[in-house]
Amino acid sequence: MESIQALKNQDHSSGRLLKDKLVLIGVVILSLVTISPIMLIIFKLVMEGYRQISLDFLIQNTPDTFEAMTAVANGEKIPGGIANGIVGTLVMVVLAAVIAIPVGVLTGIYLYENQGKMMANLTRNVSDILQGVPSIVLGLISYLWVVKHVTSGYSALAGSVSLAIMMLPMIVRSTEETLKMIPQTLKEAALALGVPYHKVILRVLVPTGFSGLLTGILLGISRILGETAPLLLTALGSSRINLDISEPTSAIPLLIWEFYNDPNMIDLIWSSSLLLMAIVLILNIVSKQLAGKRN
Amino acid sequence: MNSDKITKAVLFSVSILILMLAAGMVYSLVGGAVPAFKAFGWQFIFSGEWNPTEGREEYGALPFIVGTLMTSFAALLLCLPLSFSTSLFLGEYFRGTRVARILGILVDLLAGIPSIVYGLWGFYVLRPALIELGFGGRGFGIFTASLILAIMIIPYATSLSNEIISMVPNDLKEAAYSLGATRLEVIATVTIPNARSGIVAGYILAFGRALGETMAVTMLVGNTNVVPSSFFDTGNTMASVIANQFGEADGLKLSSLIAIGLLLFLITGIINAVGKLIIKKMN
Repeated sequence: MESIQALKNQDHSSGRLLKDKLVLIGVVILSLVTISPIMLIIFKLVMEGYRQISLDFLIQNTPDTFEAMTAVANGEKIPGGIANGIVGTLVMVVLAAVIAIPVGVLTGIYLYENQGKMMANLTRNVSDILQGVPSIVLGLISYLWVVKHVTSGYSALAGSVSLAIMMLPMIVRSTEETLKMIPQTLKEAALALGVPYHKVILRVLVPTGFSGLLTGILLGISRILGETAPLLLTALGSSRINLDISEPTSAIPLLIWEFYNDPNMIDLIWSSSLLLMAIVLILNIVSKQLAGKRN
Repeated sequence: MNSDKITKAVLFSVSILILMLAAGMVYSLVGGAVPAFKAFGWQFIFSGEWNPTEGREEYGALPFIVGTLMTSFAALLLCLPLSFSTSLFLGEYFRGTRVARILGILVDLLAGIPSIVYGLWGFYVLRPALIELGFGGRGFGIFTASLILAIMIIPYATSLSNEIISMVPNDLKEAAYSLGATRLEVIATVTIPNARSGIVAGYILAFGRALGETMAVTMLVGNTNVVPSSFFDTGNTMASVIANQFGEADGLKLSSLIAIGLLLFLITGIINAVGKLIIKKMN
């Protein structure tokens, strides 16, 4: 007993236990500092943004800068809303998903079916590298391909292509990871019954892994929803609702950028950001929930 | 049997499509950059001149390469103590607890905030706060941009090292505990050495993220086209100069911006490949 006490005293004198405690306290404090920005950002968005949000905000087009200026000068709420941005975002994201999902899922299936083969490894590595390409570079690419040669001008299609390239590697990866978790026996049972290969994919692999695929797709969509940089180079923006994919189109993040650059519209940046953030967070939470259920 | 062949062919051709996509990207970027490299040669990379005046046009990428490296390195340094503490919190000290789960979700949410919202917050909250603290000028510059970048890359830096740290075998740690080591000593002598390469890989990938961030940096870095003289100077990064100058660009200027895009593509590609290679070696 005495010797243990002596040891403890020695520990105290050399400060080992004290140091241990101090580091723990430091880790806790720094971890709290780490998550403070998310709280502060959401707090700021809600406090500054909620007043401008109304039905009009969702269904009317952006006001021109003169209307906004008069309203601000008279101390009124800025008229109009961001319907053009909401519709534009919807159009471009859906189009991007329509392009990226089939290619991404099929590539994921290919990688899963050809584990360890050289061609599959090459494709996987290239897809990983694509995932790291900065979004602004994808904007440049889509500008060079679509804006210059396909729609000969800024367009929703060009925006969608850049977003699709951004989303693609995420879908490839999540598809492969999901399929890897499906028991091999399910597939073998189907094959043993003489089910053709494409039906095994459509009737066994895809339905079994559906929630996993959906998680990957939703996460991919939540990442491209807030993208601004590539759209700046491709979709450009528009002050009215536009459904023609060969014409310049607006998007919520593009509108935030426009409002930020126009002193008269400043009041609209927070409400638009709040709306964008809310959509992204809801998508994030839904997809995490799905992923949680699966495990 | 025949339909099986068709299915396989479809799968194969789609994966070829991915390879062609990547090859096409490189081809187009190189093609677009050729006029700039023809006009300025390799000097394009090492020249600090950025002069769009017609007739005396001269473009060099050096200010932006330096700006990108400075903001990203500073961001990495600033993010290190925060994200490393968080990894220890999640993967070691409070592993598997409810607190850790909530903290993990919040850190993940950081990755979900759009770049432009970070930019707004940096502009309207962080920048005034820095001016208040006596950072001089109007609060724009490499340092301000790095600060917001540091927050943005925290989730990328944390998630991998957290995972690796929590995977360090328990019996190794228990052996150290049984020798009378404190928790800190276990972390310093067992956990970190065992998880080292994974932690390094996580920070390399986070660095790769920082290199390509555009909107938030564009709104805070100050947008000056000369080589920044210090971390508190204003500047421009490769991504932000493209976003800033693209609107009014054609001819040689457009080609120079594409060349900068190509360089950015190559640098991030190399950084990511190195990170992935370390992860692969680990397994």
